Amino acid sequence: MARSRTRPGLKTLLWLGVILIALTGVLAGGNLAGQASWAPKLALDLEGGTQMILAPKVSGGSQISQEQLDQAVEIIRQRVDGSGVAEAEISTQSGRNVVVSLPGTPSAETRQLIQASADMNFRPVLVAGNPGAVPEDQRAPEEQLPQPTAAPADASDQNWITAEVYRQFEALDCSGALPETTQRSDPAKPLVTCEAGSDIGGPIKYILGPVEVVGTDIAGSTFQLQQGRQGAVTNEWAVNIQFNDAGTEKFKAVTQRLNGFYVADPNDVRAQFAIVLDDKVISAPRSLAVITDGRPQITGSFTEATAKTLSDQLRYGALPISFDIQSEEQISATLGGEQLRMGLLAGGIGLLLVIVYSLFQYRALGFVTIASLVVAGALTYLAIAILGWTENYRLSLAGVAGLIVAIGQTADSFIVYFERIRDELREGRGLVSAVENGWKRAKRTVLASKAVNLLAAVVLYFVAVGNVRGFAFTLGLTAIADLMVVFIFTHPTLQLLARTRFFGEGHRFSGLDPERLGAVPLYRGAGRLRDASEAAKGTLKPKNAAAAREAGRRMTIAERRAAEAQRQSEMSSASGRGGRTSERNEEQN
Amino acid sequence: MSTFFARFGNELYTGKRSYDFVGPHKRLWFAIAGALVLVSILIPVFTGGFNLGIEFRGGSEFRVSQVPDTDPGLGEQAVDAVAPGNAPRVANIAPGTMRIQTDQLTDDETLEVKANLATSYGVGEENVTSSFVGPTWGADVTQQAMIGFVVFVLLAAVLMALYFRTWKMSLSALTGMFVTMVITGGVYAASGFEVTPSAIIGFLTILSYSLYDTVVVFDKIRENTADISTSTRRTYAEEVNLAVNQTLVRSINTMMVAVLPVAAILFIGAGLLGAGTLRDLSLALFVGILIGTAATIFIAAPMYAWLREREPELVKQAERVRSRRTTAAASV
Repeated sequence: MARSRTRPGLKTLLWLGVILIALTGVLAGGNLAGQASWAPKLALDLEGGTQMILAPKVSGGSQISQEQLDQAVEIIRQRVDGSGVAEAEISTQSGRNVVVSLPGTPSAETRQLIQASADMNFRPVLVAGNPGAVPEDQRAPEEQLPQPTAAPADASDQNWITAEVYRQFEALDCSGALPETTQRSDPAKPLVTCEAGSDIGGPIKYILGPVEVVGTDIAGSTFQLQQGRQGAVTNEWAVNIQFNDAGTEKFKAVTQRLNGFYVADPNDVRAQFAIVLDDKVISAPRSLAVITDGRPQITGSFTEATAKTLSDQLRYGALPISFDIQSEEQISATLGGEQLRMGLLAGGIGLLLVIVYSLFQYRALGFVTIASLVVAGALTYLAIAILGWTENYRLSLAGVAGLIVAIGQTADSFIVYFERIRDELREGRGLVSAVENGWKRAKRTVLASKAVNLLAAVVLYFVAVGNVRGFAFTLGLTAIADLMVVFIFTHPTLQLLARTRFFGEGHRFSGLDPERLGAVPLYRGAGRLRDASEAAKGTLKPKNAAAAREAGRRMTIAERRAAEAQRQSEMSSASGRGGRTSERNEEQN
Repeated sequence: MSTFFARFGNELYTGKRSYDFVGPHKRLWFAIAGALVLVSILIPVFTGGFNLGIEFRGGSEFRVSQVPDTDPGLGEQAVDAVAPGNAPRVANIAPGTMRIQTDQLTDDETLEVKANLATSYGVGEENVTSSFVGPTWGADVTQQAMIGFVVFVLLAAVLMALYFRTWKMSLSALTGMFVTMVITGGVYAASGFEVTPSAIIGFLTILSYSLYDTVVVFDKIRENTADISTSTRRTYAEEVNLAVNQTLVRSINTMMVAVLPVAAILFIGAGLLGAGTLRDLSLALFVGILIGTAATIFIAAPMYAWLREREPELVKQAERVRSRRTTAAASV
């Protein structure tokens, strides 16, 4: 057999090396940047913590839209962040549920906070001031504290500010993270609260009057580029609110009063009305005009993103969502670690069993299986670690189960391939061409069967609820890794091995010993030829034109091309095979 | 043993040794499968259905691990002290692990029960996990599983019809899959294994395994029968039978490597960790892989041969094969 100068397979193996190094490089880069870690991120059932699956509930029982769900996630995120819980993760699942994962055991207050429905309303501004708490020594002395002189006449009346409210205002610190509370304020009383800082300005501290318009009075909200006086579009973003009938009446009354303040003094804070969500001010625009049609427009320093956020929040306020806890799981860190150990132990045992079985079945060829599993494992590990960094993917116990189940499915690709090679050897081919021919047939089978696996994994991923999603994810991920390994590792490795003496000459322990496989050489010496029909059976070469047409009819274009190439390669390898077979016969005689 | 396997494989490959999967025996296989499917459907009807996990009933569940004393009475008392009349189900699910299931408890009750369990079993509170499942959760899971099932079957049918270019293979493979699924369900109903969302995902994974296994065998069938119209060597059914025999070693190897890791998870999940994601997933897979491998060989392949051999063209081909054999026999 003539050795080709460029060894087939070597180049492909180099590519595999490049891919592995590139993935490792990416992960190493992430590590150096301090964002990634070498170990995959673990889900709560392995790390310990609490996972809650919440079903959003809209008042009135109507179906929840994806948009509302996204808003719900946003709201919960803000609340959880506000409650000071670090590393909380909030995501949606199956387009219906919200999954909240928290480290440790959340306090009763945090739980209530997560479940509570959002509360939006409009209050007039009474006082606005610097965000920081007034230092003790600079606070107003007792006698200078505001004393209400009469019962408040309207919501903007300064008589709402009692000494107690003022003390509260002085003490409140809005410069840091906004404190989160579960107890909603009394809508009939004044409120001391903050507006968070943003790109366009720092935080502001307010005393607000009682609620004048409630969030449910909002019929809708949009945002757009503002239109100038001539109807031309300007570069300014604007948020529109649309009130319902009751809201229109109430808001008209509010703007009549507030606009009065504005006309008297454009800098009077009392001309502002605050939009309050969960007792925090999200915007406090000035009332520049009396709004009689219930369609106010808010303008000023918006970007497209901030306009969208405000508009979303307003719409959300129109339809308060609360949450039902669907399922909740609390696992301590000790038990999480125990589950992880057990999962790894199961994986170790499973891997060992598969290795022993393939060595027993395929002898030295079994080492190719092991090496392929190692490469598949390395690819999967890197992918999971990188996904943990970029996509925040976390490995759960179900995910570990998926990885273990995948050991078998990955090893099976090699079995399909090896059995095809053995079939080719039984047909009497030399190892080099048996590897090539076996691969051509196995390739299609492996592709088709992995397509089924991948399809199942994708479908499972999208319908799985709760933890089992991780199972579908790792199952799909390993199916891809498996395909890569078969194509760029197992096949090229066998191409190389087929040219070694140990395998090429069919050593007893190679697992590819033609004698043990009962190979029937095409030429048996002494003028005996194999039954022609037997020789033709099972080969891809159709016996005659009719059969070729029949076979061709069932083939795709790609397959036809492959068959063409096959015939050519068979012709070129025919001489080599013949020489080899006769050589073997001489040895036997 | 390995030598035996190699020889076994050789003999199967050349047709020297052959098992009848597709020939006259197929009626027997179909009858057995039909009977098993019928039984699998009847069992849940008569025994009152499946043993549904807490996810489908709703309620609270606690797990206490590393307990020195696995007396269920301790758990019952611990719950009774907080929520009397709750009738908790206490079970020792793994060495040193207790599972306590109750009706739905409030937040405060949950915390109290947790503390009580820790003191009664004499372990730290970090060894007690609690979970709570709302009453509608199970319905949600079931609905999603049904959607997944339908979507997967539709997509798989299309994928296979495209790949094999004949609806008969698609139909046969899906029939094998249905048989696998129904019988696996029957095993669950008969044995009283707990049906949980994890088990359901396991069921859905079996669908994929069953089809996967069938695809490999069908691929070989297609290859063997590619030039059937001009061959008088074997009838269509015989070619199919040969293909099944030729891939038999592969089928066994595939089943083994698939089942071994699953068995490892099952051993750890059921033996050491007790009921949970690992056990439920692996048990469904374990049962399903065994049945799925058998269904490919005994149901899907014979059914496909049966569907095809009645085509006029193949009936004629079978006649040609018979006539060649008679003349060959006469001339000897």
